[in-house]
Amino acid sequence: MSLAPGTSVRVKADWPELRGRCHIRTPHYVRGETGTILRHLGDFPNPEDLAFARPAAATPLYHVRFDQPSLWGEGAPGDDIVIELFAHWLEPL
Amino acid sequence: MTIATLDHDTLLKALQRVLADKDIARPDEIAERIRITDAGTPAQGARMVAKAWCDPAFRTLMLADGASAAALLDIPMRGAPPLGVLENTADLHHLVVCTLCSCYPRAVLGYPPFWFKSAAYRARAVRDPLGLLTEFGTTLPASTALRVVDSTADYRWMVLPLRPHGTENWSEAELASLVHAGDMIGVTIPTVA
Repeated sequence: MSLAPGTSVRVKADWPELRGRCHIRTPHYVRGETGTILRHLGDFPNPEDLAFARPAAATPLYHVRFDQPSLWGEGAPGDDIVIELFAHWLEPL
Repeated sequence: MTIATLDHDTLLKALQRVLADKDIARPDEIAERIRITDAGTPAQGARMVAKAWCDPAFRTLMLADGASAAALLDIPMRGAPPLGVLENTADLHHLVVCTLCSCYPRAVLGYPPFWFKSAAYRARAVRDPLGLLTEFGTTLPASTALRVVDSTADYRWMVLPLRPHGTENWSEAELASLVHAGDMIGVTIPTVA
Protein backbone atom coordinates (compact mmCIF):
# COMPACT_ATOMS: atom_id res chain seq x y z
CA MET A 1 0.00 0.00 0.00
CA SER A 2 1.28 3.44 -0.82
CA LEU A 3 -0.59 6.66 -0.17
CA ALA A 4 0.22 9.58 -2.44
CA PRO A 5 0.75 13.09 -1.04
CA GLY A 6 -2.56 14.92 -0.92
CA THR A 7 -4.62 11.79 -0.20
CA SER A 8 -7.33 12.33 2.40
CA VAL A 9 -7.19 9.74 5.17
CA ARG A 10 -9.20 8.95 8.25
CA VAL A 11 -7.33 7.73 11.32
CA LYS A 12 -8.98 4.60 12.70
CA ALA A 13 -11.11 5.26 15.76
CA ASP A 14 -9.55 2.27 17.48
CA TRP A 15 -8.67 2.06 21.17
CA PRO A 16 -6.45 -1.04 21.62
CA GLU A 17 -5.54 0.13 25.11
CA LEU A 18 -9.09 -0.86 26.13
CA ARG A 19 -8.42 -4.46 25.04
CA GLY A 20 -5.26 -5.14 27.00
CA ARG A 21 -1.54 -4.45 27.03
CA CYS A 22 -0.32 -2.60 23.98
CA HIS A 23 2.20 -0.11 22.66
CA ILE A 24 0.88 2.34 20.07
CA ARG A 25 2.23 5.52 18.48
CA THR A 26 -1.10 7.04 17.41
CA PRO A 27 -2.05 9.90 19.74
CA HIS A 28 -5.63 9.76 21.04
CA TYR A 29 -6.43 13.25 19.78
CA VAL A 30 -6.31 12.24 16.10
CA ARG A 31 -8.16 8.94 16.29
CA GLY A 32 -11.28 9.13 14.14
CA GLU A 33 -10.09 12.42 12.63
CA THR A 34 -9.48 13.26 8.98
CA GLY A 35 -6.10 14.43 7.69
CA THR A 36 -4.05 14.68 4.51
CA ILE A 37 -0.92 12.75 3.53
CA LEU A 38 2.08 15.09 3.28
CA ARG A 39 4.65 12.45 2.36
CA HIS A 40 5.88 8.89 2.88
CA LEU A 41 8.77 9.02 5.39
CA GLY A 42 10.01 5.48 4.80
CA ASP A 43 9.22 2.00 6.13
CA PHE A 44 10.03 1.17 9.75
CA PRO A 45 9.51 -1.92 11.95
CA ASN A 46 6.04 -1.80 13.45
CA PRO A 47 6.62 -0.50 17.01
CA GLU A 48 3.46 -2.26 18.21
CA ASP A 49 5.30 -5.57 17.76
CA LEU A 50 8.81 -4.30 18.40
CA ALA A 51 7.83 -3.22 21.91
CA PHE A 52 6.98 -6.82 22.80
CA ALA A 53 10.03 -8.35 21.05
CA ARG A 54 7.78 -9.91 18.40
CA PRO A 55 8.84 -10.07 14.73
CA ALA A 56 8.06 -6.56 13.45
CA ALA A 57 7.19 -6.06 9.78
CA ALA A 58 8.54 -3.03 7.92
CA THR A 59 5.53 -0.71 7.85
CA PRO A 60 5.04 2.48 5.80
CA LEU A 61 5.24 5.62 7.91
CA TYR A 62 3.57 8.82 6.72
CA HIS A 63 3.64 12.46 7.70
CA VAL A 64 -0.03 13.37 7.99
CA ARG A 65 -1.38 16.91 8.26
CA PHE A 66 -4.39 17.85 10.38
CA ASP A 67 -6.14 21.21 10.43
CA GLN A 68 -5.66 22.76 13.88
CA PRO A 69 -9.10 24.43 14.22
CA SER A 70 -10.90 21.26 13.04
CA LEU A 71 -9.15 19.13 15.66
CA TRP A 72 -9.79 21.35 18.63
CA GLY A 73 -12.60 23.73 17.68
CA GLU A 74 -10.19 26.59 18.34
CA GLY A 75 -6.92 27.93 17.01
CA ALA A 76 -6.07 30.12 14.04
CA PRO A 77 -7.29 29.20 10.53
CA GLY A 78 -4.36 27.89 8.47
CA ASP A 79 -2.50 26.50 11.48
CA ASP A 80 -1.97 22.75 11.44
CA ILE A 81 -0.49 19.73 13.21
CA VAL A 82 1.71 17.20 11.43
CA ILE A 83 2.11 13.70 12.88
CA GLU A 84 4.01 10.53 11.95
CA LEU A 85 1.43 7.76 11.54
CA PHE A 86 1.79 4.14 10.42
CA ALA A 87 -0.14 2.85 7.40
CA HIS A 88 -2.33 0.38 9.29
CA TRP A 89 -3.95 3.25 11.20
CA LEU A 90 -4.97 5.10 8.02
CA GLU A 91 -8.07 4.58 5.87
CA PRO A 92 -7.98 6.40 2.50
CA LEU A 93 -11.16 8.39 1.86
CA MET B 1 24.80 -8.55 50.97
CA THR B 2 21.81 -7.96 48.65
CA ILE B 3 21.71 -6.16 45.34
CA ALA B 4 20.03 -3.18 47.03
CA THR B 5 23.04 -2.53 49.25
CA LEU B 6 25.64 -2.62 46.46
CA ASP B 7 26.95 0.75 45.38
CA HIS B 8 26.26 1.96 41.84
CA ASP B 9 29.80 1.51 40.56
CA THR B 10 29.87 -2.14 41.63
CA LEU B 11 26.49 -2.79 40.03
CA LEU B 12 27.52 -1.03 36.83
CA LYS B 13 30.77 -3.01 36.58
CA ALA B 14 28.87 -6.26 37.16
CA LEU B 15 26.32 -5.36 34.49
CA GLN B 16 29.06 -4.48 32.00
CA ARG B 17 30.77 -7.81 32.72
CA VAL B 18 27.54 -9.75 32.16
CA LEU B 19 26.83 -7.87 28.91
CA ALA B 20 30.35 -8.65 27.68
CA ASP B 21 30.19 -12.31 28.81
CA LYS B 22 26.92 -12.78 26.94
CA ASP B 23 28.36 -11.01 23.88
CA ILE B 24 25.63 -8.33 23.99
CA ALA B 25 27.85 -5.25 24.33
CA ARG B 26 31.60 -4.96 24.65
CA PRO B 27 33.19 -2.33 26.93
CA ASP B 28 34.58 -0.47 23.91
CA GLU B 29 31.11 -0.35 22.35
CA ILE B 30 29.70 1.10 25.57
CA ALA B 31 32.54 3.65 25.72
CA GLU B 32 31.81 4.61 22.09
CA ARG B 33 28.11 5.10 22.89
CA ILE B 34 28.99 7.29 25.89
CA ARG B 35 31.28 9.36 23.65
CA ILE B 36 28.49 9.83 21.09
CA THR B 37 25.98 10.77 23.78
CA ASP B 38 28.36 13.32 25.31
CA ALA B 39 29.01 14.83 21.85
CA GLY B 40 25.33 15.77 21.46
CA THR B 41 24.75 19.39 22.54
CA PRO B 42 22.71 22.32 21.18
CA ALA B 43 26.01 23.77 19.90
CA GLN B 44 26.07 20.99 17.28
CA GLY B 45 22.62 21.89 15.97
CA ALA B 46 23.60 25.56 16.03
CA ARG B 47 26.64 24.80 13.82
CA MET B 48 24.32 23.12 11.32
CA VAL B 49 21.92 26.07 11.34
CA ALA B 50 24.70 28.63 10.88
CA LYS B 51 26.21 26.66 8.00
CA ALA B 52 22.80 26.30 6.35
CA TRP B 53 22.39 30.09 6.53
CA CYS B 54 25.74 30.59 4.74
CA ASP B 55 25.99 27.63 2.36
CA PRO B 56 23.02 26.95 0.02
CA ALA B 57 24.28 23.48 -0.96
CA PHE B 58 24.54 22.46 2.70
CA ARG B 59 21.07 23.87 3.32
CA THR B 60 19.63 21.76 0.49
CA LEU B 61 21.31 18.61 1.88
CA MET B 62 20.20 19.40 5.44
CA LEU B 63 16.55 19.77 4.40
CA ALA B 64 16.67 16.53 2.38
CA ASP B 65 18.66 14.40 4.84
CA GLY B 66 19.51 15.93 8.21
CA ALA B 67 21.64 12.99 9.36
CA SER B 68 23.93 13.22 6.31
CA ALA B 69 24.30 16.96 6.83
CA ALA B 70 25.18 16.42 10.50
CA ALA B 71 27.71 13.72 9.59
CA LEU B 72 29.33 16.16 7.14
CA LEU B 73 30.10 18.38 10.17
CA ASP B 74 31.59 15.38 12.02
CA ILE B 75 28.64 15.07 14.36
CA PRO B 76 28.44 11.36 15.33
CA MET B 77 25.21 9.97 13.83
CA ARG B 78 25.89 6.22 13.85
CA GLY B 79 22.85 4.44 15.25
CA ALA B 80 20.87 7.67 15.47
CA PRO B 81 17.30 7.76 14.08
CA PRO B 82 16.64 9.67 10.82
CA LEU B 83 16.85 13.44 11.37
CA GLY B 84 14.16 15.56 9.74
CA VAL B 85 14.78 19.29 9.38
CA LEU B 86 11.82 21.68 9.33
CA GLU B 87 12.50 24.91 7.46
CA ASN B 88 10.94 28.04 8.95
CA THR B 89 9.96 30.63 6.35
CA ALA B 90 8.21 34.00 6.45
CA ASP B 91 4.97 32.06 5.83
CA LEU B 92 5.39 29.03 8.11
CA HIS B 93 6.80 28.53 11.63
CA HIS B 94 7.38 25.05 13.10
CA LEU B 95 7.03 23.94 16.72
CA VAL B 96 8.20 20.45 17.75
CA VAL B 97 6.68 18.36 20.53
CA CYS B 98 6.54 14.68 21.44
CA THR B 99 3.10 14.16 23.01
CA LEU B 100 3.66 10.43 23.57
CA CYS B 101 6.96 10.54 25.44
CA SER B 102 10.20 12.42 24.92
CA CYS B 103 11.52 11.89 21.38
CA TYR B 104 14.20 14.51 20.79
CA PRO B 105 17.09 14.83 18.29
CA ARG B 106 19.75 14.13 20.92
CA ALA B 107 22.58 13.60 18.46
CA VAL B 108 22.38 17.25 17.43
CA LEU B 109 20.65 18.93 20.40
CA GLY B 110 21.76 16.88 23.41
CA TYR B 111 19.46 16.31 26.36
CA PRO B 112 16.08 18.06 26.08
CA PRO B 113 15.29 21.08 28.27
CA PHE B 114 13.49 20.04 31.47
CA TRP B 115 10.13 21.36 30.27
CA PHE B 116 10.18 19.44 26.97
CA LYS B 117 9.06 16.22 28.71
CA SER B 118 6.54 17.92 31.03
CA ALA B 119 2.87 17.00 30.66
CA ALA B 120 2.03 20.71 30.43
CA TYR B 121 4.31 21.38 27.44
CA ARG B 122 3.22 18.23 25.64
CA ALA B 123 -0.49 18.95 26.08
CA ARG B 124 -0.36 22.67 25.37
CA ALA B 125 1.92 22.48 22.34
CA VAL B 126 -0.81 20.67 20.40
CA ARG B 127 -3.86 22.29 22.00
CA ASP B 128 -2.80 25.92 22.44
CA PRO B 129 0.46 26.42 20.56
CA LEU B 130 -0.01 30.17 20.06
CA GLY B 131 -0.61 30.68 23.79
CA LEU B 132 2.45 28.58 24.57
CA LEU B 133 4.63 30.63 22.18
CA THR B 134 3.40 33.83 23.83
CA GLU B 135 4.57 32.53 27.21
CA PHE B 136 8.01 31.88 25.69
CA GLY B 137 8.01 35.52 24.55
CA THR B 138 7.59 34.58 20.90
CA THR B 139 5.18 36.50 18.71
CA LEU B 140 4.71 35.50 15.07
CA PRO B 141 3.62 37.93 12.36
CA ALA B 142 -0.10 37.56 11.59
CA SER B 143 0.82 36.35 8.10
CA THR B 144 2.89 33.40 9.45
CA ALA B 145 1.05 30.10 9.84
CA LEU B 146 2.01 27.81 12.72
CA ARG B 147 2.70 24.12 12.16
CA VAL B 148 3.03 21.85 15.21
CA VAL B 149 5.06 18.71 14.52
CA ASP B 150 4.22 15.88 16.92
CA SER B 151 7.22 13.54 16.98
CA THR B 152 5.43 10.22 17.38
CA ALA B 153 7.57 7.61 15.65
CA ASP B 154 10.92 6.94 14.00
CA TYR B 155 12.10 10.42 12.95
CA ARG B 156 13.63 13.07 15.15
CA TRP B 157 12.88 16.66 14.19
CA MET B 158 14.77 19.93 14.45
CA VAL B 159 13.78 23.38 13.22
CA LEU B 160 15.93 25.44 10.85
CA PRO B 161 15.06 28.96 12.05
CA LEU B 162 15.02 32.12 9.94
CA ARG B 163 18.29 34.02 9.86
CA PRO B 164 17.82 37.26 11.83
CA HIS B 165 18.07 40.59 10.05
CA GLY B 166 21.24 42.54 10.69
CA THR B 167 23.56 39.52 10.50
CA GLU B 168 24.52 39.84 6.82
CA ASN B 169 28.28 40.09 7.44
CA TRP B 170 28.50 37.70 10.36
CA SER B 171 30.80 34.67 10.32
CA GLU B 172 29.43 31.15 10.74
CA ALA B 173 30.81 30.99 14.29
CA GLU B 174 29.16 34.30 15.21
CA LEU B 175 25.88 33.12 13.71
CA ALA B 176 26.07 29.81 15.58
CA SER B 177 26.40 31.71 18.87
CA LEU B 178 22.94 33.22 18.24
CA VAL B 179 21.19 29.86 17.98
CA HIS B 180 19.87 28.13 21.11
CA ALA B 181 18.01 24.87 21.77
CA GLY B 182 14.63 26.62 21.94
CA ASP B 183 15.14 28.07 18.45
CA MET B 184 15.62 24.56 17.07
CA ILE B 185 12.50 23.29 18.92
CA GLY B 186 10.56 26.31 17.69
CA VAL B 187 9.52 27.86 21.02
CA THR B 188 11.80 30.84 20.39
CA ILE B 189 13.43 32.54 17.43
CA PRO B 190 17.05 33.70 17.19
CA THR B 191 17.42 37.42 17.73
CA VAL B 192 20.29 39.89 17.64
CA ALA B 193 20.74 41.45 21.08
